[in-house]
Amino acid sequence: MRNESRVYLGIGSFFIVTLLVYFFTSHESTGSVLLLASAGLGLLPGLYLGWWSRRMQQRPEDTGEGEPRDITGVIGQFPENTIFPFTLGIGVWFVGLAFVFGLWFAIIGMAFVFGAAIGATGESKRASFSERENVG
Amino acid sequence: MVQTAGVVEHERKAPGGFYKWVTSVDHKVIGKNYMYTALTFMFIAGAMALLIRTQLFNPNGHVVSLQTYNELFTIHGSMMLYLFAGPFAFGGFANFIVPLQIGAPDMAFPRLNNLSYWLFLFGGVTMLFGFFTASGAAAFGWVAYAPLSTAPFSPGPGADLWIVSIAMVGFSGIFTGVNLMTTIFYLRAPGMTMFRMPLFTWSMLVTGILILIAFPVLTAALVMLYADRHFGAHFFSVAGGGVPVMWQNLFWFFGHPEVYILALPFFGIVTELIPVFSKKPIFGYRGMVFANLAIAGLSTGVWAHHMFTTGVVLLPFFSALSLLIAVPTGVKVFTWIATMWGGQIKFNTSMLFAVGFIFAFVMGGITGVMLASPPIDFYTHDTYFVVAHFHQVLIGTTVFAGFAGIYYWYPKLTGRFLHEGLGKWNFWVTFIGFWITFMPQYLLGLRGMPRRIPIYSPTDGFTFLNRMSTVGAYMMGIGMFLFLLNFIISWRRPRPAGDNPWDGYTLEWATSSPPPPHNFHSLPPIRSARPLWDLNHPDHADSVPMVTGGDESAE
Repeated sequence: MRNESRVYLGIGSFFIVTLLVYFFTSHESTGSVLLLASAGLGLLPGLYLGWWSRRMQQRPEDTGEGEPRDITGVIGQFPENTIFPFTLGIGVWFVGLAFVFGLWFAIIGMAFVFGAAIGATGESKRASFSERENVG
Repeated sequence: MVQTAGVVEHERKAPGGFYKWVTSVDHKVIGKNYMYTALTFMFIAGAMALLIRTQLFNPNGHVVSLQTYNELFTIHGSMMLYLFAGPFAFGGFANFIVPLQIGAPDMAFPRLNNLSYWLFLFGGVTMLFGFFTASGAAAFGWVAYAPLSTAPFSPGPGADLWIVSIAMVGFSGIFTGVNLMTTIFYLRAPGMTMFRMPLFTWSMLVTGILILIAFPVLTAALVMLYADRHFGAHFFSVAGGGVPVMWQNLFWFFGHPEVYILALPFFGIVTELIPVFSKKPIFGYRGMVFANLAIAGLSTGVWAHHMFTTGVVLLPFFSALSLLIAVPTGVKVFTWIATMWGGQIKFNTSMLFAVGFIFAFVMGGITGVMLASPPIDFYTHDTYFVVAHFHQVLIGTTVFAGFAGIYYWYPKLTGRFLHEGLGKWNFWVTFIGFWITFMPQYLLGLRGMPRRIPIYSPTDGFTFLNRMSTVGAYMMGIGMFLFLLNFIISWRRPRPAGDNPWDGYTLEWATSSPPPPHNFHSLPPIRSARPLWDLNHPDHADSVPMVTGGDESAE
């Protein structure tokens, strides 16, 4: 995880330097705020991952010697089919169209959004039916 | 990932047809959906480009009305940039290829991945709705400069539909960026350290970071613009104490990284296939990685080079950083050439497109270095010189490198080959048309032809060069038609490709074509950046016996 952290920290540090040079030469506020936010976007996850990398054992993908058998077993839940992202997409689309054509679109859109939220939550409780141990 | 009886049971139960397509969260299905949708948007936007060029064929052209012309170039640019170039790369190629290249069973968040696609599709369709409204589609250019994009100057729902559309596509991009980065950080196969990742995957990681830097800024700017238009806010109106040029700052803080969000994935594609077709390992793997990271940093610090002529930006700062980007980009070009140098190069269609990309990109890049110099920029700003420059960069990357990727990975996507002979026609017609289209535009720009004008006078001296450019554009259109033909032929008369037709060495070639659900039945040991090469060519393997253990720095 150390190299992942370095990627973020490197980019965040670059933005800190750029911000200092830019702010003290231009005194322009919009760009300075944007650079500050970008620096934070690099440093926050970079420091978090760096903090973790010192506390966790190295993962099989962090070492040059990892073998496929090192991750034998269930490595995550990967459903194959679900209707709820589509439902949520339709809902968000209608809510978006409400900003153009009127609030009544948002009523339909929110119905889809809530339907998707309830459905996806129920689906997650049942877990993926593609994994045998979860069937039934 | 073990294939158990449970999966077999599931496959029996699985939905089919249209419902399966709508509900699938398999990254390969979603990746293909992205590709087909983005290519469809490209063909629609390309048809708009031909209409634009037809209008400019004659002085005082009458093909479309002046208002329609404004709508056409706005939606052409918006579709090509927001709906084709980006989603084709980070939604299409990345979705399909990255999990395969790192040995993952799927993306980290499959359902979010599916949602990203629907937001992209519905957002894209929303943009086109504008043409069916009484006041027409958005007509303020793909950059939507305020105050032109505010309510007094752009009334009607077309502009609002554009805003909603871009916001939805923006969220789709953000979700995909998060998904890509999480997948690359947490789902790599054992032994796949960061410095063994394929360079396409590295490109997509850096693209993901850039997406997260750039897209939220655009979304925020769109909210502010909408508030100005409908809620009486004054972010961008001078009358209310706002600052119009702030839109430009916000937009280009998104817009310039966006150029590299579009370019980096295609750099990655070319970096994958040039070594394969040159029968050599990449020249300077780490140099390419650091060039990617340098581009990510520098591209975020150069936004105001699009604003030199506003007179309110720090010219030396932005000029210097813009010139600096040429260094990592140059490293990439030299690496591609050095990889080919002395190799056993196989000039099939994919490689032709890759080499064509290098020519196109270098030309676009050099004129970019020219434009980074304020005196030249002041002279050529808002002329056809700039139009030619960014079309050469963007078509060079998204079309030439993109098609190189299609011809390279099509066997993996479908298990079939595209026709080589027709592919070469596809390349040469597009390539020649490309130069005929855009070289005259440089000259037109230097002679003072402004961009975005629907008519010009016969006495301006622009007629011949415009006609040449239009002829080239139609040639490119024919080139695109040949690709479509090739695709249809491959669909109707399939030629099986096998699992690894190019002797590729990254993990996507270690599985079947097309890959099974959850991608791999077994993985080869990963001991170098070319695990499949090590497996298939043990006498010339890159990997060396490990004498130290457990430390990344040992590599």
